[in-house]
Amino acid sequence: MCRLFALSSRDPVSPMRAIEALNVMKEGHDGSGVGLFLSDLGGPFGEMKDAPILSGIFTDEGLKRLDAYMGERGFVTRKTLELDPRTKPPLGTPVRGSYIARAYEAPADLKAKSQAERELAYMLMRVELRHMGEDKEDIRVFSFWPDTIMVKEVGDPMEVGEYLGLDRPELACRRILAQGRQNTNYAINLYACHPFFLQGVCTMTNGENTAFVPIREYLLSRGFPGYMGYQSDSEVFAHIMHFTLNRLQFGIEYYKHVITPLSDAEMAEHPDQALLARIKQTCRKLIIDGPNCVIGCLPDKTMFMVQDRKKLRPGVVGGKPGIFAFSSEICGLDAAIPDRDQHADFQPMHLDTAIVRPQCQEVTICNQLQSLPRPH
Amino acid sequence: MQSTAVITPSTLSVNDLPWQIEWDKNTCTLCGRCTSVCPVNAIELGVHRKRTVEALPGLPKKPTNSYSIYHGIRQRTDPAYRCIGCAMCNMVCPNNAIAPRLRPEATTLKFHNNRGGAARTRGGRRNDGGSLLDQIKFIRISMLTDPALDAGRHEFELRTLLGRIQPPEEGLAALAQNGWVPAVREIYPLMIGSMSFGALSPNMWEGLVMGVTYLNEELNMPVRMCTGEGGCPPRLLRSRFLKYMVLQIASGYFGWDEIIKALPDMKEDPCAIEIKYGQGAKPGDGGLLMWYKVNKLIAAIRGVPQGVSLPSPPTHQTQYSIEESVAKMIQSMSMAWGFRVPVYPKISGTTTSTAVLNNLVRNPYAAGLAVDGEDGGTGAAYNVSMNHMGHPIATNLRDCYENLVISGKQNEIPLIAGGGIGKNGNLAANAAALIMLGASAVQSGKYIMQSAAGCVGSEADRCNVCNIGVCPKGITSQDPRVYRRLDPEKVAERLVDVFLSFDTELRKIVAPLGRSTSLPIGMSDGLGISDYHVAERLKIKYVV
Repeated sequence: MCRLFALSSRDPVSPMRAIEALNVMKEGHDGSGVGLFLSDLGGPFGEMKDAPILSGIFTDEGLKRLDAYMGERGFVTRKTLELDPRTKPPLGTPVRGSYIARAYEAPADLKAKSQAERELAYMLMRVELRHMGEDKEDIRVFSFWPDTIMVKEVGDPMEVGEYLGLDRPELACRRILAQGRQNTNYAINLYACHPFFLQGVCTMTNGENTAFVPIREYLLSRGFPGYMGYQSDSEVFAHIMHFTLNRLQFGIEYYKHVITPLSDAEMAEHPDQALLARIKQTCRKLIIDGPNCVIGCLPDKTMFMVQDRKKLRPGVVGGKPGIFAFSSEICGLDAAIPDRDQHADFQPMHLDTAIVRPQCQEVTICNQLQSLPRPH
Repeated sequence: MQSTAVITPSTLSVNDLPWQIEWDKNTCTLCGRCTSVCPVNAIELGVHRKRTVEALPGLPKKPTNSYSIYHGIRQRTDPAYRCIGCAMCNMVCPNNAIAPRLRPEATTLKFHNNRGGAARTRGGRRNDGGSLLDQIKFIRISMLTDPALDAGRHEFELRTLLGRIQPPEEGLAALAQNGWVPAVREIYPLMIGSMSFGALSPNMWEGLVMGVTYLNEELNMPVRMCTGEGGCPPRLLRSRFLKYMVLQIASGYFGWDEIIKALPDMKEDPCAIEIKYGQGAKPGDGGLLMWYKVNKLIAAIRGVPQGVSLPSPPTHQTQYSIEESVAKMIQSMSMAWGFRVPVYPKISGTTTSTAVLNNLVRNPYAAGLAVDGEDGGTGAAYNVSMNHMGHPIATNLRDCYENLVISGKQNEIPLIAGGGIGKNGNLAANAAALIMLGASAVQSGKYIMQSAAGCVGSEADRCNVCNIGVCPKGITSQDPRVYRRLDPEKVAERLVDVFLSFDTELRKIVAPLGRSTSLPIGMSDGLGISDYHVAERLKIKYVV
């Protein structure tokens, strides 16, 4: 089963800290891939918070096509970070081209538009670029979003991290999601690597998603161009979160009520019974049937972990004021934050959502039996 | 056959009949029970004259004859009195001396069952043992990539929704603004298919209603039963148990005078209203209750004279166009109960079902669509309709579900599949296959008759006399001398047994698939079949 590790820190940290944590959990992943989501960046990218950053892998030809595409749309490069490893790639990692994170200055007309319109435009461009690269595999894009960099590659996380030289100041950041992939389907497709990103929402998951096909069909039929891909059954968890936040206009506290609603008996006692029953009915196709542990980061940089009642070995969250980590195994947490109070570690159970707000002061537990904040 | 007898074209021998009586003279006690129980008078007392030639070896004396008479059974060969294979003779025989045997190669009768120009009518099903649903396997088994669930001890929520479910944005907005929300019932995914009061005997109906009530009130299983066309007993209409019933309105509107009259006195709303436009067993044909069964009670409930056949028209007389008639009908029915009751149409499987469905998608009051495939059962229909008309349920349902997926309405309009579920006894497997192909619920009538009341009908043209009121088990008879054989309490007990065992089997299917918190509607990736073309057509996996 895939191993997951996420960090939320007041001060920027190197992504290698998360990769090292994945490395101690190595028993559980086979080194078939690594995915990184880095946000709330320090370093030079942190000084251009509004500039959308395109993350992906490009061949030389792909880069030319990218430049032409962005140029046509009036996007001007502000800063590029190119990871162009000169050494021999680790065993199992192909030579693909340049790993690029490039911040753009958006054209003035786009800047003048509302935030929602800008966000839609960024998403549509990412999807279009992704489609452009599908045939020749010269363009692979993982995110196009302000203050966000993503890296995905096949191979052992530690070796790939060292190969790409991820321990560099440009990549230091305050929010990290990292996944070490356990390849259960053997179709090693980079787009199947977690974490999955859509308009500021990013999640990663372990466990099999038994309700994948109906959920995928439902999301695909929502008429939203960002609901696409699904090379992995776990991508739907990110999109359900996006649906919860953007379409339903609910907060993080509602996510679990969408994916794992209370039983009727539990709901009968709940102060928000009518609302929860309505969510359960209308969002029935988004009910997951586990076993899954989902860790993610929201557009406001809140990080969370949830799991369903079938998860036999729950993930854990712990840390100290200033830095908290979510990990699929306790040993990962021990490696990343050894000097925390271990007694305060928390393994969210089937009703809990563990939340760490961007201030990184504490872990808040939101229990599904509690009353909910009113939707706004 | 005596040499002087006239041989007509329809003069048959026992060997021309598919069901032939085997009778053993040595064990027969001549008690006469078999002849009196036979529902179709296929056997009668036989007084047989027997000649014995006594010829001694050599020629000391001339051979002599002795004559004797013995009594026994004679099978009648007149097509009107052919044996139907129900085997009641065997059931009542103290010595097991008599039994019908099927000789499938004896087909002559098939050419002579239209005496007087009356085409054959019967009850039952299509008389075809094949079942595509039986071939579907559940192939996605959880073991190591995710844990298998314990079917016996894990918690399962095997419920489904009946009613129009709004899209999330609309449903939540309606709640916030106190807007109207369509009625939605949470029910058990196996429904008892529509079998009318009239088609079924009072004892059978009473037994089913008692069983359904027990399942709901003692076992917390929200099982629902559809009335079929023919109304509902007035006392039930005015009782709190009405909430377990789906009232059907069909083209004859039989029984609806009583229902409308009872409206002001209803303590509870019915579960739903089913508007029947078609039936899988006899697509394009209306309901049919033959005169044999229209007794005083049935006549009173249906508002008709006694002893007349009640053929419902093939279509609703108000029908003008699909848009108008379906919409109007749904609207009228919804209005009668203040828009508190889900109203959905039922159609027979047909290539035009997606057109009906797409029409319903645009109608915010349509609460679902029931599709009844060609293997559905009926109490009375023309043989040709049952055997040759109709559309198999699997592809019809799949097409409908895929249509909903394309329009993004797959959670909004529940599809209820029926027709041949459990026809070979595999009720839970067939139901689960249809659910995973996209059905929200399944309906079964025939299996319930077979399992809860001991109906002996089979897919080999056995019995199938539901239409003429002589049901040997008293299930579909209106003659108290016959239906008193059926104890309603026992029917109720059996019904509970059936649902409990179905529930266990359904868990045994969904648990290894890793599903427990919601019914796996549309989980087609878990299905496989060893027929390539079927796999392609149903978009499930081809496995060999």
